[in-house]
Amino acid sequence: MKRFSVRIYLDFNATAPAAPGVIDAVCRVLRDIPGNPSSIHASGQQARAVLDDARGVVATLIEAAPSDLVFTGGGTEADNLALRGAAEARESSGRRHLICSSIEHEAILNTLTGLERRGWRVTRLPVDRSGSVSPTSLASAIDEETALVSVMHANNEIGTLQPIAELADIAHSVGAWFHTDAVQTVGKVPVSVRTLGVDLLSLSGHKFGGPKGTGALWVRRGLRLHAQHTGGRQERSRRGGTENVAGLAGLAVAAAYARASMAQHASETARLRDRLESAILETVPGSAVNGAREHRVPNTTNISFDGVEAESLLIALDLDGIAVSTGSACSSGTLEPSHVLQAMGLPAAHVRSSLRFSLGPQTTDAEVDAVVDRLPRLVEKLRRLTHRATHLVGAGAPTRGTTRDAVRGDT
Amino acid sequence: MRVVVAMSGGVDSSVAAALLTEAGHDVVGLSMQLYDQRETSDGAPAFGSCCSLDDLHDARRVAHDLGFPHYIVNFEREFKSTVVDNFLREYSAGRTPIPCVHCNADLKFSTLAERAAGFDAAAVATGHYARVSFDEDLRRYRLQRGKDDDKDQSYFLFTLTQDQLAHAMFPVGHLTKPEVRVHAERLGLSVADKPDSHEICFIPDGNTARFVERHSPQVPSKGEIVNEEGRVLGEHGGVHHFTVGQRKGLGLSTGAPLYVLKLQPVDQRVVVGSRDSLGISDVSASKVNWIAGSAPDGPTRVTARIRHRHRDAPATVESTGDATAHLRFDTPQIAVAPGQAIVFYDGDEVVGGGWIDS
Repeated sequence: MKRFSVRIYLDFNATAPAAPGVIDAVCRVLRDIPGNPSSIHASGQQARAVLDDARGVVATLIEAAPSDLVFTGGGTEADNLALRGAAEARESSGRRHLICSSIEHEAILNTLTGLERRGWRVTRLPVDRSGSVSPTSLASAIDEETALVSVMHANNEIGTLQPIAELADIAHSVGAWFHTDAVQTVGKVPVSVRTLGVDLLSLSGHKFGGPKGTGALWVRRGLRLHAQHTGGRQERSRRGGTENVAGLAGLAVAAAYARASMAQHASETARLRDRLESAILETVPGSAVNGAREHRVPNTTNISFDGVEAESLLIALDLDGIAVSTGSACSSGTLEPSHVLQAMGLPAAHVRSSLRFSLGPQTTDAEVDAVVDRLPRLVEKLRRLTHRATHLVGAGAPTRGTTRDAVRGDT
Repeated sequence: MRVVVAMSGGVDSSVAAALLTEAGHDVVGLSMQLYDQRETSDGAPAFGSCCSLDDLHDARRVAHDLGFPHYIVNFEREFKSTVVDNFLREYSAGRTPIPCVHCNADLKFSTLAERAAGFDAAAVATGHYARVSFDEDLRRYRLQRGKDDDKDQSYFLFTLTQDQLAHAMFPVGHLTKPEVRVHAERLGLSVADKPDSHEICFIPDGNTARFVERHSPQVPSKGEIVNEEGRVLGEHGGVHHFTVGQRKGLGLSTGAPLYVLKLQPVDQRVVVGSRDSLGISDVSASKVNWIAGSAPDGPTRVTARIRHRHRDAPATVESTGDATAHLRFDTPQIAVAPGQAIVFYDGDEVVGGGWIDS
């Protein structure tokens, strides 16, 4: 399709293209290693070895022990296992209270809403204008019945990093477990389960160049979760079902690449993000950054364009070959007002006019230049249209007679 | 030339998009999400039971197969405030609304057209069975019935202004429905065999009274059924259950069949009478739009249609001032319902139209 010929992709928080070597690794395993890791025979042993290697490499990325890693079919599944698994495991000890932040990913929010309907008490912590959860609010919400606290490491829409270690300490002070959804940080910035002090951590492969449908939950040794996928003894009975061997081999390659290149990529991405952000603020009147500009992942910026429907701007940019995003898409693929920006206390009109730009290792200076070149004019045009009467622009529209004939001549 | 096609996921707008693509236009498909697709907590969809997610999927599929970009735009707020609220207000006021006209006028050819302009589109195309053309002599656009008499949808487009017509395209207007289906099959469109849609998309079960009650809980649910002399014949569950001309559902057992003649929301009365009393010759209309941009001078001979399925009848229409008009049918017409549109034709051409007041 013509429209995909030259594309500028600034939606790395949605997904990232495969890191170098990932595709080859996936293909090699699919082709050469057909065995089931649970099988006793040689073919099974080969597949088992691939899985063991992958577990070691991914564990290293988060400074964890390989055996504490449960491979899953992605970040959402890891979140589900953490939340449901912990809630069900701690239910009998009278801990029926769950806490999360109000800016969590839907994988957390909707899972907790489901548990709430089944009788768990759920508290959603507010965030301030910068998008941060305050330790004080956690301290006042938590009690002896709290089973689990879940606060994301970095938010997917605005990139704000949360004070995880401090929050985890508070959770532990009353015996609650602490989970963090680190889907937006693992592979982008250094993440260590040791320094974070958490009990459970979710990661997703495709956010840093691994295959979609791969992820993992890190579980602190000694913690017993209720399995959510019951079946065979895979993943030490914590996740039944034959492992996605080829996908996980790809995940391992992405993890190794991320670990090796992270420092360089993070600083380069931050430089480009800051340049993009400053240029937009400078050239587009009525633009403002949502959330704090410090304490965030290096690749994300969320900017509002006063008086513009973000939905229109997103489509106009896409038709111009530039892929960006707003909040989360709903079932049909349309935009819903971002619950994250709403939770930060931004007015509805401001929320509807906000776009997310998320960069990655493949982003170039030329791409940033191209966006900065086109964006101000698009914003200006959309603003003009919003403020005028409800019809199409007359100027510039070609005479219509010929085109109509062309269509009608078809029969 | 870039053209935005409003795609419902049905066969008409799909073929419209396909024909424009074949004609070499740079087509961008837009589908409007009009109501919340998520289920409410008790498992019931917010509005009706909806096949709409499937429709959006169908539109996306067609766009992908034909190779043009497609987006779903969220018009929930606009749809609620322009179409649904008006629908509820009208029913509560004892009138019989036509949401499709508001959807065309206030969404497709205004809000959607405005979005389209933002994407540098020169026109908005829909799958309506109607025709638009430029009259070189009169230097203005003309709106005509679709070629397919049975499918003609010009009745729903009477509000369009010259400016809107200048940027409107109806690529299937010169085709019959069977011809449209032949095109769909020729092009291998996945929607070729899809059945025609409901008349009111947000009430798929057709139970408008229940919809009104669910969304305007304050609507009165009790009143009297009276005859033309004012004698009480029975009770009813609210005027929103009735439409002028309706015969069924009155719950009366009388000898001769009785019809709803009039709805009086103020005292919640439903006036009934014989079919003879149902005929009306004189109609006054408001919010009248003249397609030419201005009213014709003096009384004008037209044929007029008082509802979508009505066979238009000869009449004389005259402008009575600022966007109002009076019309006299040559012979009385049955069931002229306030709230419905009355549309005036000169042969195949739409002269104008308005909303029936009385």
